[in-house]
Order: sequence, then structure tokens, then C-alpha cells
Amino acid sequence: MAEFSLPANSKVVPGKTVKSATADAKRTRTFRIYRYDPDSGENPREDKYEIDLDKCGPMVLDALIHIKNDVDSTLTFRRSCREGICGSCAMNIDGRNTLACLKPIDEVKGDVKIYPLPHQPVVKDLVPDLNQNYAQLASIKPWLQTQSTAPSRERLQSPEEREKLDGLYECILCFCCTTSCPSYWWNGDRYLGPAVLLQAYRFIADSRDEMTGERLDALEDPFRLYRCHTIMNCTQTCPKGLNPAKAIAEIKKLMAARAA
Amino acid sequence: MANDTNSFRTPIGRARGLGSAKTGAQAWLGFRIAAAALAVLTILFIILVISLVGAPYEQVVATFKQPCPVILTVLFLGFLFHHAAYGMQEVYEDYIHGKLAKLFAIGATKLVALALFLAGAFAVLKIAFGA
Repeated sequence: MAEFSLPANSKVVPGKTVKSATADAKRTRTFRIYRYDPDSGENPREDKYEIDLDKCGPMVLDALIHIKNDVDSTLTFRRSCREGICGSCAMNIDGRNTLACLKPIDEVKGDVKIYPLPHQPVVKDLVPDLNQNYAQLASIKPWLQTQSTAPSRERLQSPEEREKLDGLYECILCFCCTTSCPSYWWNGDRYLGPAVLLQAYRFIADSRDEMTGERLDALEDPFRLYRCHTIMNCTQTCPKGLNPAKAIAEIKKLMAARAA
Repeated sequence: MANDTNSFRTPIGRARGLGSAKTGAQAWLGFRIAAAALAVLTILFIILVISLVGAPYEQVVATFKQPCPVILTVLFLGFLFHHAAYGMQEVYEDYIHGKLAKLFAIGATKLVALALFLAGAFAVLKIAFGA
């Protein structure tokens, strides 16, 4: 049956409290951060860090970097570009999956709760194991596939054809959407999830791709595609403002068009 | 999530799994068509029932000897149980992870839905064609 209880040793317990802000700090904020070290054999815990906001930049990622550099170097998280283009710092902030680098601290009321992306195995602290997501992405062959011989110059596309890729090509594969999807939580081993399905549609919608039918064949499956019940968490959470739910609906429409 | 940490299978091997079932589109379409049909049929069926509230036995029997109410009721029952069975199947596929338990639940639900439809249709047709 469905699993409604957490696996052993996964209950989050209260952790340490660190006050790094000095008494004369004008703007302080408490960050409640999920900490987990698989090597310790202990339950995950929630550490509290009270920091001086005047000592870091305006975004949640700035605060995390400040904590790691100046308060507690054991805090582990992924980050790279700090401008919302690499997708590394995807995490659950204030109950919603987003990119730490694009999330202003001011937008959070009260303590800032930071957890890793939900329902993925945790490597350490805020670092989720995304191997399965990357493998699922690879399985839909996210590259242009053709039958015709390669032209001596670029494969051409009309402006209208190119327009169909808007809202699709911008995806940075942070997997905020996939890990916010209840269908993916329950059946992530077989359901591809919104991020991968949006990528699949990006190539289905590409006028230069010649393997549309094969791509649809590979997706037509009660689990790979049809676990999507249009819950729309994906669209609500996407830090890039994309609409994976619509991309999935477009795939379903194409499936219906060729079945009926 | 079924991330079997004891397995040495590669992530891509797991993701590709048993491949695509290459079904689902017809069922998905059928579910939507049933939903659209039910939106109309349910209203018509409710109107039919309301029009018979307080009517004497003979009038109800006479009504169900006319073609339109009979066809409407049988169609309504057919789409209703088809829709209900598929809806339950979706719920099972979401939440039941044991392969046999899932197959059993889906099979049993379809059987019950078919039996209920046949019972309902039989009752209506018995009035329609009865003496």
C-alpha cells in the first residue's frame, strides 16, 4: 500500500542554535536550516542561525554563503552562478521549491525555513540526490534527432516555428517542479515528472526534429506520462515562470490526436 | 520512492526500466469523453427523476416503456460506471505499489462496476420490455 509514514531515522529533530549577529546588529533574521549527515547515523536536525542581514546580500543564497563562510563551514549546499541560470541552488524555502539565488529574504515572513528539495534522497544537508532525475532526462533523448542527411549549414526554422520553443527552452533543469509534484513523490520511479516531460515536449515541438512519433511512442505509458493529474504544483513553483503543466497537456493533446 | 539502494543497476537502466507500455492515450481519451457525456447525461437524468417525483407507479412504469427515458438511463449508467471504474483505477495506480495488490484492486473494481451496470441496465430494460 501507499507509504504514509517516514522511513526510520528520517524524523527531523531540533538542532543547535547559533547566534552570529552581534548585540548592536540592526536587522537580524533567524534561518532554520535542515541538516543531515548520512555518515553520522543520526536523525536529520533543524539548526537555527541568527544572522545580521547587513553582513550579507539580499537573497537567501547570500545568507547561506554568509553562514558557510563566517558562521558554520560544515553547512553543505549546491550553488554556482548565483543569478538563476544554473539551477544548482534549488531548495525548499519557506515551504516552496525555488532557487535560493532568486528568492529575496524580504519575501519571507518570520524565520526563514530552508529544506532540501522534497522527496529525494539527501546526500548531505541541502544537497539532494538527483541521479534519477538526470537519468530520466537522458532517457527521453533531449537532443535533436533527424532522418535526413545533415545539411551543409544550419537547419532552418521559421520565426513562427521558433516561437513554439518559447517557454520551453528557458528551463534550467533545477527540478523544483518535479520535486513539488505529488504524482512524482508517489511514483517517481516510473513517472517522468514535469521537468523531464517539459524537456520531452521541447523536442516534440521543435520543427527541426524528425523523430516526433518515436518520442510520443516512448512517452505513451500509463506511468511515464499519464500519472500527471494536472495538479499544477509544477507551474506554481517554477522559479523561471515556466508552465510545465501546459507542456504536458500539449503532449496529451498530441497523443489524443494520433489515437483518435 | 523506489530507489533500491542495494541494487547496482545504473540510474539510466532503472529510468528506462521495462520501456513504454505504448498504451494510455485511448483510455485517457475515453475517460474525458465519458466525463463530457456525463456532464450532459447527469443533468438530463436528474430532470427525468424530478419529473417523476410523486408520480403514481403506473406513470413511472409507463415512462420507462418509452424509448428516450430508457436509452438515457442505460447510457447514463454505462458512462457512470465506466468513468467511476477508470477514476478508481487512477487512484490505485497512484497509491498502491504492490503489483499483485494493484492488479487485484483494478480487476475487482472493473468487475464490480460491470456487474452494477448490468444490474441497473437489466432493471431498466425489464420495465421497458416487461408486460
